Amino acid sequence: MTAWEPPDRPRSRLAYCCPEKMAEDREPPPLADAVQTDFREVEEGEDLFVSTVSTAEQLSPTSPEPASFPAEDISTNSNGPKQEILLDDDQEDLFAEATEEVSLDSPEREPILSDGPSPAITPVTPTVIITPRVDALFDRSLDEDEEAEENGDTFDMQITVSDPEKVGDGMNAYMAYKVTTKTSLSLFSRNEFSVKRRFSDFLGLHSKLASKYMHIGYIVPPAPEKSIVGMTKVKVGKEDLSSAEFVEKRRSALERYLMRTVNHPALVKDPDVIQFLENTELPRAVSTQALSGAGILRMVNKAADAVNKMTIKMNESDAWFEEKQQQFENLDIQLRKLHASVESLVCHRKELSVNTASFAKSAAMLGNSEDHTALSRALSQLAEVEEKIDQLHHEQAYADFYLFSELLGDYVRLITAVKGVFDQRMKTWSKWQDAQVMLQRKREAEAKLQYANKPDKLQQAKDEIKEWEAKVQQGERDFEQISKNIRREVERFEKQRVKDFKVVIIKYLESLVHTQQQLIKYWEAFLPEAKAIA
Amino acid sequence: MTSLSQDCDKEKLRSVSVDLNNDSSLLIDIPDALCERDKVKFTVHTKTTLNSFQKPDFSVSRQHEDFIWLHDTLVETEEYAGLIIPPAPPKPDFESPREKMHKLGEGEATMTKEEYTKMKQELEAEYLAVFKKTVQVHEIFLQRLSSHPNLSKDRNFQIFLEYDQDLSVRRKNAKEMFGGFFKNMVKSADEVLISGIKDVDEFFEQEKTFLLDYFSKIKDSTAKAEKMTRSHKNVADDYIHISATLNSIAADDNTALKQHLEKFAELLEKLRKVEGRVASDQELKLTELLRYYMRDIQAAKDLLYRRARALADYENSNKALDKARLKSKDVAQAEENQKQCLLKFDKLSESGKKELTSFKGRRVVAFRKNLIEMAELEIKHAKNSISLLQGCIELLKVN
Repeated sequence: MTAWEPPDRPRSRLAYCCPEKMAEDREPPPLADAVQTDFREVEEGEDLFVSTVSTAEQLSPTSPEPASFPAEDISTNSNGPKQEILLDDDQEDLFAEATEEVSLDSPEREPILSDGPSPAITPVTPTVIITPRVDALFDRSLDEDEEAEENGDTFDMQITVSDPEKVGDGMNAYMAYKVTTKTSLSLFSRNEFSVKRRFSDFLGLHSKLASKYMHIGYIVPPAPEKSIVGMTKVKVGKEDLSSAEFVEKRRSALERYLMRTVNHPALVKDPDVIQFLENTELPRAVSTQALSGAGILRMVNKAADAVNKMTIKMNESDAWFEEKQQQFENLDIQLRKLHASVESLVCHRKELSVNTASFAKSAAMLGNSEDHTALSRALSQLAEVEEKIDQLHHEQAYADFYLFSELLGDYVRLITAVKGVFDQRMKTWSKWQDAQVMLQRKREAEAKLQYANKPDKLQQAKDEIKEWEAKVQQGERDFEQISKNIRREVERFEKQRVKDFKVVIIKYLESLVHTQQQLIKYWEAFLPEAKAIA
Repeated sequence: MTSLSQDCDKEKLRSVSVDLNNDSSLLIDIPDALCERDKVKFTVHTKTTLNSFQKPDFSVSRQHEDFIWLHDTLVETEEYAGLIIPPAPPKPDFESPREKMHKLGEGEATMTKEEYTKMKQELEAEYLAVFKKTVQVHEIFLQRLSSHPNLSKDRNFQIFLEYDQDLSVRRKNAKEMFGGFFKNMVKSADEVLISGIKDVDEFFEQEKTFLLDYFSKIKDSTAKAEKMTRSHKNVADDYIHISATLNSIAADDNTALKQHLEKFAELLEKLRKVEGRVASDQELKLTELLRYYMRDIQAAKDLLYRRARALADYENSNKALDKARLKSKDVAQAEENQKQCLLKFDKLSESGKKELTSFKGRRVVAFRKNLIEMAELEIKHAKNSISLLQGCIELLKVN
């Protein structure tokens, strides 16, 4: 009945892309150094990562120069540019184009690349939820060449989150997601591997990364938000369309979160990230729960930060920071407003779909009731057209949401993270200033002690001065370092933002084109029916 | 105060009822209308070659209530019992745009000046559309009358067209309004009457079944079509807000994104105009069509009620005649009465059959015309949208 066939898999590539563009992007799959490419399912308990763990430890997270990618990862004997976008549809063709160096076996690849059997929770209605793949956001092949030169080579990593599965029962139930990584980076022990993760694992990962990197000025991508309502519905076992939509929304958000995280040159090397992607078992991140000890500590810290922010009056010597902060402040407001408008659009478009469907049914009944034969037939045809159109509006609403609305939501949260690092810089500056004040006091104390006859106290004072001199120096270094990091991070962030928006705008417009083209098709099919009324 | 002067758009608007205003012996149109607060004053212009009128070309000013008066007098005229009286035009309803305008005023602080101006323009266009619609509907009512062989000769119709003073003297006073209420009660009794009895005449039985069922279906379709159109307008409005915010972001942006955002905003602004046209065309061709024929079918039903009442009168007169014959009292009178009732009933049936047949023909032609036009407009707008979109995509890809 529906004109547009939803693909077998619950998640599929956005079908609105111009076919021409897809042909352009079609390049041979990533070829690893090692010829061994058969995929092995991650067995329970199998420890495959001993070697990589040790190398990862050598990469200190606080190293000052995290910008460069490990050069050894990128295979130099690849046969052409890397393929980053995976086209679910045309796997056979891709592998046919690969050279003999690749011992890739298409059927073997199937288990990874297709999503296999449908997830445990299936939507009740026949309408399958289709999320446009937004992995094109992370397609480096669209990059300007300068970035590739700067980093030595192109980035090559693809993460998919799939197969949401409900584990357990009742209020202790949770959703487990399959996280599949495909990469040729030598940071990882294999080219392709999957693990099962639950939502709190993602939150745990973010929490660790934030505590490690934010204070030195790295913009750590924020994790998707918790949703008590959404999860409760799932836990309770409500297998309706809204909980299926919720799961799909979350799955997509988790995927984007991971991709953004590994796109960060420092974070991708972080052992916690590597462990998250590779390890079969992960210690349960209980500290992410709101009411845990860590959770309460987080809340206290947040409050303290807010107070500090109000009380610290920083002497900004660098106009760049002042300008950028203002800029992000404005952008934050505008993006939130835009996000709200787009959410309204999604809502109205869904309404339009529902109302069109309702009209279609009514028109069908009217057609049945009509006693003039030709008119009756035409009215039934009208009903069918409207029914197809309601489906079209429904799909467009999804494009509105997953392409446009979610991007804006992500960026609203990202900008909060950006504002966070600016605050960290303020804190660092404040710490440095406090150290200077302390040093001054110690010097004054020492000066006083010069005239009292207490040699041991004097020595202690001199020692303290040395201690605080070091602290002041460290404070200044830290401040300079974080400032430098932020400059670089903001530049990287802005580049990514420009790219993300450019890509999404075009994809979104293409989705609108598709809808209009379908409309023409349907109405052109109806026109002769209307003319046939005699 | 808003005024509407003749413009060619009205030609397009007139397609709900076809074959009107063809007879040059009596041509009626509403070239002008004034809106004062709550009252709409229509300028009814008549051009005629008939001698029954004093002048060949003249205009009068009429209010909505005058139209209702005319309709009701026609309905109450015994002579026209066998005709489908064209449905009265609905009261001009500016409630929706007025309410939206009010809301807009309240929300003015939350939007940029550009946004506010655009929303206001949209609302003014909507207001104008409602205005045009009500003029059209009043005009069609008069044109239906003028093209009907019997009704066009009606004396009250002539008065309506010609009388250069205010008609309010003749309009419903309180007593008559109460009478109107009573009439509605009678009507529901009619509905019971008509649905209960099975008609001997095959034609009327079929018509009855058809009209009763069709009426409820078309009423439902009209409501659903209206909801659909409103959703469409909401989507178009959202494009305005999105476009405005994108422009704000673009203004502050100094990256490579600036141009993209500006072009995107510009495109959305153009698209929303197209979406708005899609919505209003759909409204005119579909919703208004359904709404008009819903009322027309009600008028056809009214004809059936009148016939049913005439039948009931005839049957009563038969009973009275039998009683009179039994009592041998007032037989001649009863016979005469019965003869009259039969005559009336037969006349009603004959004219009713003609009217209902031509009504079906009219309906089919109108539906055909409107459905074709709607499909053609949808295609045209979609093609327009595509060219706008693709033009923008090309521009953006180049950068």
